[in-house]
Amino acid sequence: MLRLLNLELQKLLLNRTSKILIFVSFILPFFVILLSSLKINVFGFFTLELGELGVFNFPIIWHLTTFFSSQFKFFFAIVVVSMIGNEYSNKTLKQNLIDGLSKKEFILSKFYTIVFFSLVSTVLIALISLCIGLYYSSYNEFSIIIQQTNFLLAYFIKLVGFFSLCLFFGMLVKRSAFALAFLFILYILEWIIFGLITWQSDHQFAEKIQNFFPLKAMYKLIDQPFQRIAMSKFPEKTELVYDYAVHWHEMLIVLGWTGLFVFLSYRLLKLRDL
Amino acid sequence: MESILTINNLTKKFGNLTAVNNLSFTIKKGNVYGILGPNGSGKSTTLGIVLNVVNKTSGDFNWFNGSTSTHDALKKVGAIIERPNFYPYMTAEQNLKLVCKIKGVNESKIEEKLDIVGLLERKNSKFKTYSLGMKQRLAIASALLNDPEILILDEPTNGLDPQGIHQIREIIKQIAAQGTTILLASHLLDEVEKVCSHVVVLRKGVKLYSGRVDEMISSHGFFELKCNNQELLITTLKNSDLFTSIKTNDDLVTAFLKAPMPSDAFNKFLFDKGIILTHLVQRKESLEEQFLQLTDNTKN
Repeated sequence: MLRLLNLELQKLLLNRTSKILIFVSFILPFFVILLSSLKINVFGFFTLELGELGVFNFPIIWHLTTFFSSQFKFFFAIVVVSMIGNEYSNKTLKQNLIDGLSKKEFILSKFYTIVFFSLVSTVLIALISLCIGLYYSSYNEFSIIIQQTNFLLAYFIKLVGFFSLCLFFGMLVKRSAFALAFLFILYILEWIIFGLITWQSDHQFAEKIQNFFPLKAMYKLIDQPFQRIAMSKFPEKTELVYDYAVHWHEMLIVLGWTGLFVFLSYRLLKLRDL
Repeated sequence: MESILTINNLTKKFGNLTAVNNLSFTIKKGNVYGILGPNGSGKSTTLGIVLNVVNKTSGDFNWFNGSTSTHDALKKVGAIIERPNFYPYMTAEQNLKLVCKIKGVNESKIEEKLDIVGLLERKNSKFKTYSLGMKQRLAIASALLNDPEILILDEPTNGLDPQGIHQIREIIKQIAAQGTTILLASHLLDEVEKVCSHVVVLRKGVKLYSGRVDEMISSHGFFELKCNNQELLITTLKNSDLFTSIKTNDDLVTAFLKAPMPSDAFNKFLFDKGIILTHLVQRKESLEEQFLQLTDNTKN
């Protein structure tokens, strides 16, 4: 397993473009969160300090940071599709197999890399959230800190799921740009089907179905936190109440999709003549 | 002798097209094999199948008497397919390190193999800055990294300039001299003739011949003759019943032998008949002539 990971890391880290994109997708959110936690003086007119809004309180900080940094996953998605696209365009996939890598090992080396970077990203986010939280949070009891850390697990699963989808599209169309276009098409398709079901039956039923679609299922894992922040500010407004928690069935759906995408990528490669 | 690769009734169909048709042959240790065939005769497809990149339609093959799985067997094989494929943004050394990781061999071999192909000085240059000849030589170094039991080369001199072709051939000869089994696919006949001891001839995916190069067709060679009295020569030859056919091209007469005959005996025979030759050459068909004869005979 280490051998396969090592192999793929060499391919990625010696490539300048992927190095930059990896930096952008994992280190940038880290810094943005860090900066936003600082006191910012806007041209001397007023001081903006997000910490005073209470958004860096435990446990809400877990929700906020994971939601925010998962928006940067698109950059690493480019790396994932291009690491497949490049293997095809350089014909190095063929050469790897000739050199004695099995098709299964090839897919696994890509998948391990995805898991590795998702893990690194999760650990980074956990650390930065913990630090900022400890600095700002009004509650510092251990039992409160570890509340809702399942957002971190959700974040990890969300990343692995999304990148596995990219891996599958990369294998399917062999070209990075087309694979990204497919992602966009899938996004539109999910909404069209959602619209059709709403038209035929009702909105609630359509939403239930939509929660099983891959992109929506991944998005649903970590719901948007803004409403929750508003909720905590205006507890008397009951129309703001919504279900923001991470549910195990949501994780299960995404894990199911992840397994399917990795398996389909392998089947595709297995059946293909190179 | 130990067999390295055995192919049994291998067939590959691309839709309606049958690229490889019921092909069987065995590669024994220590020989240099050539796979000959015109473009599109199924050479590369056959190699692709045994190298795990093309899926077979039917039949089977096994490496090293079936003692290991194909992808493990490939770690003991060195192969170059058509064009050198490496990561353009990595240097030669980095590319070879990657191959070491895949094959699970020690990285200490890298310098030694780069030296064999004469690229040691350029080991820190990026692959994309290499010329085609250098790329091909790097591919050979990469194929040699694991000290393979068999080296598979698919058109290794394709697209190279004469100097590059010469360099590659010298390297192949060196490797063959060390006793490594080599399988060389090519449509260049003199290339195969120069290095191979055994040959498999393919046409449209069908095997026409496999065996030693010098036994390719049952021919006893031919004489090329010139003489001042050509008419007498031809009638004498026709009446002698020693030859299968006699061809005339301007003043050169070519006579194909029915049975082996040394040139001195033949010369004496003609001299006794009162014919004095001005030109006498005894030859065997070159591989090219044999190949064309073989592929021509089996047309239709």
